Amino acid sequence: MRSSALASGAFLVPSFLKPLEALAFDQLTGHKNLVIIQLSGGNDGLNTVVPFGMDTYYQKRPGIALPPSDIIRLNDLQGLNPNMVALKEIYDQGWMSVINSVGYPNPDRSHFRSMDIWQTASNADEYLSTGWVGRYLDSNCQECKDPYAAIEVDDSLSLALKGSWKKGIAVKDPASLFKNTREPFFKEVIQAGDEHLHEDNLGYLYKTMIETYSSAAYIQNTSKTYRSTAEYPQTKFANQLKTAAKFINSGLSTRVYYVSLSGFDTHTGQIGQQGRLLNTFSEGVASFLKDLKAAGSLDDTLVMAFSEFGRRVEQNASNGTDHGTANNVFVFGGKLKKAGIYNEAPDLVNLDNGDLKYKVDFREVYATLLDKWLNVNNQQVLNKKYSGLSFI
Amino acid sequence: MVACLLELKMKKMKRSDRTDAIKHLYSRASFGINYPDLLRLSKVNRDKVLDKMFEDTEAFTLLTVAKENILRPGRKDNPTEEDIKIYTKKRTEQEEAVNIAWVSHLSGDKAHLREKLTLFWHGHFACRTNNGYYNQQLNNVHREHALGNFRTMVIEVSKTPAMLSFLNNQQNKKVKPNENFARELMELFMLGRGHYTEADIRESARAFTGWQFRADTSEFFFNERQHDKGSKVFFGKTGNFRGEDIIDMILGKRQCAHFIAERLYRFFVNDVPDPIHVKDLGDYFYDENYEIKPLIRRIFSSKWFYQANNVGNKIKSPIELLVGLNRSFYIRYGRPGVLLQLQRSLGQAVFYPPNVAGWPGGTSWIDSSSLLVRLKLPSTLLNGGIIESEGKPDPEDEAYLATARKSQTNVERRVQTYPEWARFRKDLPSGINREQLAYVLLTPNVKPGSMDNIDQSDPVQMAIQLVSTPEYQLC
Repeated sequence: MRSSALASGAFLVPSFLKPLEALAFDQLTGHKNLVIIQLSGGNDGLNTVVPFGMDTYYQKRPGIALPPSDIIRLNDLQGLNPNMVALKEIYDQGWMSVINSVGYPNPDRSHFRSMDIWQTASNADEYLSTGWVGRYLDSNCQECKDPYAAIEVDDSLSLALKGSWKKGIAVKDPASLFKNTREPFFKEVIQAGDEHLHEDNLGYLYKTMIETYSSAAYIQNTSKTYRSTAEYPQTKFANQLKTAAKFINSGLSTRVYYVSLSGFDTHTGQIGQQGRLLNTFSEGVASFLKDLKAAGSLDDTLVMAFSEFGRRVEQNASNGTDHGTANNVFVFGGKLKKAGIYNEAPDLVNLDNGDLKYKVDFREVYATLLDKWLNVNNQQVLNKKYSGLSFI
Repeated sequence: MVACLLELKMKKMKRSDRTDAIKHLYSRASFGINYPDLLRLSKVNRDKVLDKMFEDTEAFTLLTVAKENILRPGRKDNPTEEDIKIYTKKRTEQEEAVNIAWVSHLSGDKAHLREKLTLFWHGHFACRTNNGYYNQQLNNVHREHALGNFRTMVIEVSKTPAMLSFLNNQQNKKVKPNENFARELMELFMLGRGHYTEADIRESARAFTGWQFRADTSEFFFNERQHDKGSKVFFGKTGNFRGEDIIDMILGKRQCAHFIAERLYRFFVNDVPDPIHVKDLGDYFYDENYEIKPLIRRIFSSKWFYQANNVGNKIKSPIELLVGLNRSFYIRYGRPGVLLQLQRSLGQAVFYPPNVAGWPGGTSWIDSSSLLVRLKLPSTLLNGGIIESEGKPDPEDEAYLATARKSQTNVERRVQTYPEWARFRKDLPSGINREQLAYVLLTPNVKPGSMDNIDQSDPVQMAIQLVSTPEYQLC
């Protein structure tokens, strides 16, 4: 809005906004951060964590299988795509865990529906209008009462972060969010706001504006105190992670961060496209983890990376792969209870109509994060009790 | 010179119950109203206003921008990677063209009530395909039957390639029934949860076996060979039912009429339905044999529709917001692609519903970022601003993004929009003050004194400021 001609007014911060901004470092010690990475488009898990020890892999993918000599071996069966070399060191440090065959019953092969299922944590035949992180915010836990308890490092907010009463906040760049909320017209509205804080829709709009105004200041003022010297690659994705690291290392009292990397729908010419993306992913994540380690916050941070589905075991005619089902999920962190490969490699022989059968429900992964990392009863968020896993 | 004369002629209006009522009617039945129309219509008897509004829905135009069904190259043609890329690009462009064509249509068509209802049915029968031609077909079915008979609407919708493919009825065959369509038909389109059993779903799915379409003609056909002719038990009755029989048996339940009445009430009246009003509407709908037009007329003729608790309290959907601005300021788009980009950054792109349940609406439209985008939208569109928010690529665009080797869609930052200010000014009486202009542009009552900061020297700047408020988010 560079050429805005909006008139200016007086700039007083209403007194009722102040308590929120006064909050800062007090809750810092032992504060746990969760970073969720969404790989959009359906990442081909079998060319990510490659089952090079299985003949079936080479039989079904003559045009796109990666030769055993190129694989970064993790054990006798599975290894990483050569473009993920940056994660080798991370893996060797014990900061990485691979959960194989994660999915859900009656899998949906459409991107938007499956992403909807992953973001809302619904069953395949159920439609929820709130996201699982949003419902975590709704649960009213002590650490999740402020809007910035969940931040998406982007300029719009995903359904995953929207609850019924509470929603996270999207922040691509704290300085420009701050600037935007300090435009004269925004301030004027805020000033008039306290008269409008009723339980109706207009009240909801004013409340959202006041929270945005207040959160923007808190995020900007807190995060600008931290200067990172860590090196990151020049990619949009790495930049998102760099912003998240700045937030974490400056002591922002946010619990959940959400970032995404897009472009994994590799129906044609998969090798090149997926290779580039996996390289972006791995270098970004490795820089991020090292940055956190240097700042002493790696032990308090957990990273989970997922995609809405994996791809079919057999390649297609265009040297690509079509939409599939179960997939691997990555977990990164300084305090993993079970680092390395968490469970057995996917079964490429007993398939469901050409697709991998899931072994771990993705909500078991969420449940683990909710119970053991965010300290909230998973049933409250997932609407059903899950027993969880033991990677942390 | 002409504009100047007209400007002199435009009279100032006096606020009255009648102007209040017309303004409210147009905020819900249409996308707002301009000054001259409000002035003119507030002098006309309300029945006559409604007569004219319904009469204006008679002449309408269908979307025709998608000319052909772009088919994926078949396996037997041995397509190269390049062929697939070209196909993906063409298909994506067609999908976007249909989206833009409809939003432009919404922004200018004279049959505004029909378009508003088309938007309602679009959300009610939410559907996604990767095919612009099918999207256009379904959208035209919604438009054609928007004010017609609900039975015809349901049957026609169920027969579109868009719905048949989206809800997998193409795979619903005698030997292996697929229940997806039957389930959503009852849960989301006709009855709501709790009014049928799982057995009803299984049995009715069998009745819809053989409802298919041909990709080469994009037309429905009844595949007798795939149809299960056996006897079925549905709602406790036994018979050799076909799809139409199932639809008729569902329509036979009053709950169906109440369900649709409630959905319409939420769309046109209030997020929180009043059970007495909904029951009255539902019974009327049932007794009128599911004719939609008289039901809509009953809503707009009822006393409660105009009561204070139903006025200025609904959060506009992003489409209503965008279309309202387009209509109020006669905005022309130098780069129509911006329309789709704006929908994405506001959080609602037509033809891309979040799932088959449609957009949840209400406060779910509003979060910190979407509200910021909404408040800045007027200065973006009306003051030649730039778009800062990219919005997210749609999940279904991933294939296109992958082949295009981009991780994001290109952002057309410069909006290149051209409001017709001369026309807007001409609409207003000279010397209009902020309270008077606020009255036309905003539906909630504005507290006296709360607009003291707004500059009154120029109606254009005044208007931009008025539509940049939280109040403008409501209708």
